[in-house]
Amino acid sequence: MIEVEHLSKVYNGRKAVDDISFKVEKGEILGFLGPNGAGKTTTMRILTCFMPATEGTARVAGYDVFEESLEVRKRIGYLPENPPLYPEMSVESYLDFVAKIKGAKSNRKAQVGEVVEKCGLGDARSRIIGRLSKGYKQRVGLAQALLNNPEVLILDEPTIGLDPNQIHEVRSLIKGLAYSHTVILSTHILPEVSMTCSRVVIINKGKVVAMNTPEGLADQMKGTERISLTVDGPPDEICEKIKSIDGVLSVQKEEGKSGGPHTFIVESKLNSDLRPALATVVASAGWKLLDLRGVSMSLEDVFINLTTNEQE
Amino acid sequence: MQNILAIWQREMKSYFVSPIAYVVLTVFLFITGLFFFGYVAQLSSAQMGQIQQAIDVPGIITRGLFNTISVVLLFIVPMLTMGLFAEEKKRGTIELLLTTPVGNLQTLIGKYLASLAFLLLMLLGSAITIFPLFVYSKPELKPVLSGYLGLFLFGSAMLAVGLFISTLTENQIVAVIITFGVSLVLWLVEIFAPTSGAAKSVVSYLSVISHLEDFIKGVIDSTHVIFYVTFAFVGLFLAYRSLESMRWKG
Repeated sequence: MIEVEHLSKVYNGRKAVDDISFKVEKGEILGFLGPNGAGKTTTMRILTCFMPATEGTARVAGYDVFEESLEVRKRIGYLPENPPLYPEMSVESYLDFVAKIKGAKSNRKAQVGEVVEKCGLGDARSRIIGRLSKGYKQRVGLAQALLNNPEVLILDEPTIGLDPNQIHEVRSLIKGLAYSHTVILSTHILPEVSMTCSRVVIINKGKVVAMNTPEGLADQMKGTERISLTVDGPPDEICEKIKSIDGVLSVQKEEGKSGGPHTFIVESKLNSDLRPALATVVASAGWKLLDLRGVSMSLEDVFINLTTNEQE
Repeated sequence: MQNILAIWQREMKSYFVSPIAYVVLTVFLFITGLFFFGYVAQLSSAQMGQIQQAIDVPGIITRGLFNTISVVLLFIVPMLTMGLFAEEKKRGTIELLLTTPVGNLQTLIGKYLASLAFLLLMLLGSAITIFPLFVYSKPELKPVLSGYLGLFLFGSAMLAVGLFISTLTENQIVAVIITFGVSLVLWLVEIFAPTSGAAKSVVSYLSVISHLEDFIKGVIDSTHVIFYVTFAFVGLFLAYRSLESMRWKG
């Protein structure tokens, strides 16, 4: 449904998006994950024909976003980072306006009613947008994107500014859109991705650093086993000793106070429990072993790992 | 067509929910009325005095009034166009317009038509001021109508310029000041004209208000019509290009 090939965008001499490629199948919900300024919004803006790419191509529903922009625009619903609202209009007249410019014909009223219902705006229908709370505004923005039943939905941080209840509602709304719609949503809230998305693309500094299902991503990172180890003794020597153990991939000393016990994160190959070996080494050297445990990786760790490693 | 209409409607509504429309209309009509009163008072006191030969009183009044309106329009037109695109950019709604299947040209025409409709409304409003002349005397209708045509064409040209300038910035104040500056230069350019020669006629040709004189006298000269229409087209064309380039700059 969406094919992005070698997409780059140079922005004031800075590469905001750097050679990104990915595909989204019909009916999929793709999560676009990355820290602020990673290039999520830029990529989405290219996909919605708001700006052209510097290099590379992107096709939405089989149409090139640059060459056949009008065809693409007919088939997408887009919720930008800041919902594009006219504060002086009422919710209903705004949605009616958007339905018109999206080319909805005679069934406009029914369509507006439908999205109002879907986004829980029933009690705000005739209110002036400028006086709505942030959460309601966000929902009006989402309603606007759903108008005219687009094949592809591009949602830039759809749950920002909502309270926990509303977040839950919007997430289930988005989940309900899968199969009938293809959705790309960007977020930096990690649980959101594992809850709503069938696939995740993590980008950082304009580059794709990982692409997988949320579970697959966690597994992929679990290619290494991690053990946390706290020992009272000379740090450099301890590092050396641990490194010499068979199966250890890397040792990292956690930042902390210079004296006293130190904590190390030991990475080893998958399915090799090094805890006994570590305990023996530490004990035989005469250091005091204070703590020794396995560390599991959450999606959050994966994210931090992927996006911070890049900077080092 | 549906798109143009939708944009036009939204723009008209937004004129009238913001205070701008009311303030602009009130100030415009107040100034027009004030000057009308001024001209009438001046003439009636003059007539009671020394002037003996018959003079075209209603003609003098309407001519004076049209000249005044043209200057007032110069000040007011920038206020009608300042928000047309600057506001969309500031609110981010430009992102909506550029990602829905509305063409740039349709957006542009819809907005331009809205500003034209408002101009028409202002001119119609000012006709109320002139109306008593027709009740109490018999002014010639032709110069009044040609004068209004001239004012409308002049206004449309200035609106197109304002529209273009509004696409350049996301700050309404910047848009209004630049538009005002440009209008002023286009009006006063005659002053800088050399006293004689070809240069003089070229420079004074550029002065937007000088083309109004014939209309106000009751003469519809095609060269002036062409001047204003061309002017409006250049403005709209520049606005269109600027809108297209927005995509590139992002």
